[in-house]
Amino acid sequence: MVDVNEIETQEHDVIIIGAGGAGLRAAIECAAQGLDTGVVCKSLLGKAHTVMAEGGMAAAVRNVDDRDNWKVHFRDTMRGGKFLNQWRMAELHAQQAPDRVRELEEWGAVFDRTRDGLINQRNFGGHRYPRLVHVGDRTGLELIRTLQDHGIHQGMEVYMECKILSILTDNGRVSGVLGLWRETGRFVIFKAKAIILATGGGGRCWRVTSNSWEYSGDGLEMAYEAGAELMDIEFTQFHPTGMVWPPSVRGTLVTEGVRGEGGILLNNEGERFMFNYVPERFAPETADTVEEADAWLQDDKNNRRPPELLTRDVVARSILAEVKAGRGSPHGGAFLDIANRREAEFIKRKLPSMHHQFKELAEVDITKDPMEVGPTLHYFMGGIRVDADTQQSTTVPGLFACGECAAGLHGANRLGGNSLSDLVVFGRLAGLGARDYIQNLDSAPGIPADQVTAGVEHARSILNRESGENPFLIHEDIQQVMQDNVGIIRTGEEMSAALTQLEQLDQRTQNVKAHAASQYNAGWHEALDLKPLLLVSEAVTRAALMREESRGAHTRLDFEGEREEWGSVNIVVRKGADGAMEVEKVKRSAPPEELAGIAFATIEELEAANA
Amino acid sequence: MPERKFRVWRGDDNGGDYESYDVEVEQGMVVLDAVHLIQSRQANDLAVRWNCKAGKCGSCSVEINGKPKLACMTRLNDYAPDETISVQPLKAFPVIKDLVCDVSWNYEQNKRIPPLKPKPRDKDGQFRMMQRDVDRVQEFRKCIECFLCQDVCHVVRDHDAKDKFVGPRFMVRLASLEMHPLDEEDRIPKIKEEFGSGMCNITRCCTEVCPEHINITDNGIIPLKERVVDRYYDPIARLLRKIRG
Repeated sequence: MVDVNEIETQEHDVIIIGAGGAGLRAAIECAAQGLDTGVVCKSLLGKAHTVMAEGGMAAAVRNVDDRDNWKVHFRDTMRGGKFLNQWRMAELHAQQAPDRVRELEEWGAVFDRTRDGLINQRNFGGHRYPRLVHVGDRTGLELIRTLQDHGIHQGMEVYMECKILSILTDNGRVSGVLGLWRETGRFVIFKAKAIILATGGGGRCWRVTSNSWEYSGDGLEMAYEAGAELMDIEFTQFHPTGMVWPPSVRGTLVTEGVRGEGGILLNNEGERFMFNYVPERFAPETADTVEEADAWLQDDKNNRRPPELLTRDVVARSILAEVKAGRGSPHGGAFLDIANRREAEFIKRKLPSMHHQFKELAEVDITKDPMEVGPTLHYFMGGIRVDADTQQSTTVPGLFACGECAAGLHGANRLGGNSLSDLVVFGRLAGLGARDYIQNLDSAPGIPADQVTAGVEHARSILNRESGENPFLIHEDIQQVMQDNVGIIRTGEEMSAALTQLEQLDQRTQNVKAHAASQYNAGWHEALDLKPLLLVSEAVTRAALMREESRGAHTRLDFEGEREEWGSVNIVVRKGADGAMEVEKVKRSAPPEELAGIAFATIEELEAANA
Repeated sequence: MPERKFRVWRGDDNGGDYESYDVEVEQGMVVLDAVHLIQSRQANDLAVRWNCKAGKCGSCSVEINGKPKLACMTRLNDYAPDETISVQPLKAFPVIKDLVCDVSWNYEQNKRIPPLKPKPRDKDGQFRMMQRDVDRVQEFRKCIECFLCQDVCHVVRDHDAKDKFVGPRFMVRLASLEMHPLDEEDRIPKIKEEFGSGMCNITRCCTEVCPEHINITDNGIIPLKERVVDRYYDPIARLLRKIRG
């Protein structure tokens, strides 16, 4: 039996789950607003996946090209998202990102500089102008370390290496979370008036992914179980350039900054194949000859952008098409060449960690030879459905979400560089949203003993089994199912098969076993991750099966091209009254006239308005 | 696929010992891959920290054949095919279980360091810093907090003088603040009295193990020592420098 009173309890006004960029920025805001703030993370502080963000953070600070402004950033974001983004979120993001950059600088971030000593900006896929503030190719590390070093002095309590198992609710309102100390295997209750999820995505559902072990979709699953809606979950971004060789590093990220700094993609015939894959929507703003694309490298103001800098969905599909046509690199990717484009010293200065990573892990010197790259599951555009201004869940009072685990900003495809800015813009707004919610709360919600008991018993049952399946092997099977059936190019037939296989894996998971010792038991932690992994895999697959068109990161072989009727709906997934997963089309509201005007304007019109 | 022999330290704060594992390895593998194979195929409860698997997060710090290293960046082909590869937790910190140790002391040190105190912005709202003036600070800010430098530091490791010296990692953090063009805080008294700059005897072991190749000793610790000396022990030199500008 479980005695709830025996379980350690920590109490705060607000608990933030996740300590990447979004979680830390939310925590800083909560503390600044006078809330008693706790932050819980699965790993050590400062190790979240934000450190893997390389290329930069998009914000129209206009230090490099004064034609830029929030409107062009907003337009780029909407076009990149194939107009499925939430208009208001894209507006807030583009408007507020510059202030968040300046704030980071004040907190100690040291971005690369222009000749005038201002923050430098680089070109990136889908961004009209050089817009990404950056530090070489380790921008994410700079962001997380700045927030960490600033945050620890703001009066927040940080709880490391604690896995959260479930959200506790009292009459529908959140009242806390149940967690597990990884070190000791003991349970802990965090009692709070508001919960902010900043748990990232679920990249570990796929075999080839840039994501670390942490990205098992925990936040998405616990929110779903608590009654939250998931939206746009079918849109999973395959970053076009992951490493493909050697096998043990397959999927590890290669920054888009390589292309932003002039790198080009080649097939095994030496052809710069991206010219063959320019979508109609982007053709007017994309170079159509090698000469023009090369001229852009010297003068990006008077030449159109090279096709390598098209949005990630387009580039990932193009690489796959070249491989399928037999024109791939020896290990099934494309060649990414910067060696013949830039001087060795330039490459080492602008892309130091890529240089290091390829030298150490693949024995390739990128200042001399091309890299081999191919698509890798990188990011979830979809996530918890939230109100744009407050980041509160549409259905669970007191539950907030920000960063990758929230849906809305990116629509059907995220632009590179829009993630780091997303984290700090919406992390802050979630903090403010939580403050407002707590201020208006008339009574403190209580901790329901039955929910705690159920969570503890479920977790313990895995330890107490006499025999059972190896959790690591089940995880590998989930990854294989998703890799094979719910990849870049999808079909109804394969996805239906995936659902059947996921159901079987769910059965096997009922019988998963871990060694009995609860102290820092990797097998136990892995076993506990299977439930969210399966839930997220199912949600992605069901939503992807419903969306009978190809848009952004979601490509259906059996339903080619964007379909007008699908441009007016988002797909929402929720837990039905009978416990089964419900998938529903939700009509999008019409955009405010001003925003529609900006999003559909030609670039000339916007530039003229700016002059 | 060829097999390789591994020895992995298994145990907790009550003690432990190496256990031997044979692992089928393939081309390009790193030590962390082998540890993961042991974990998923032979010892599900084996404890190891890791995250990015690309040398960017500093989670998988261990000692491999006695040398502090990131398991994700240490290739198996760095060792002879018949050589047994031994993996153990960092020695300078208390072990929790297997390859995981308690590094919380490091997080406590960071809290003691006064954060950046930025000067006012220029009139147009901008901060201006020239690239050449931030190159050194950016070198320090490459730190991924793997704590390998802390592990190998004689003061921290052999003399366990954790109460007297914050260790190389936090000397670098201090240097990044002291050399930050926007910073107006004065940490020199604390660097001398509380953070223990005098404890380092410049053996450069920390610099040798840094996976980010930060020149910890020469670029970070020695300049801080010099600033302390200038302030406390050499008023004439200080005066001369002032006169000469």
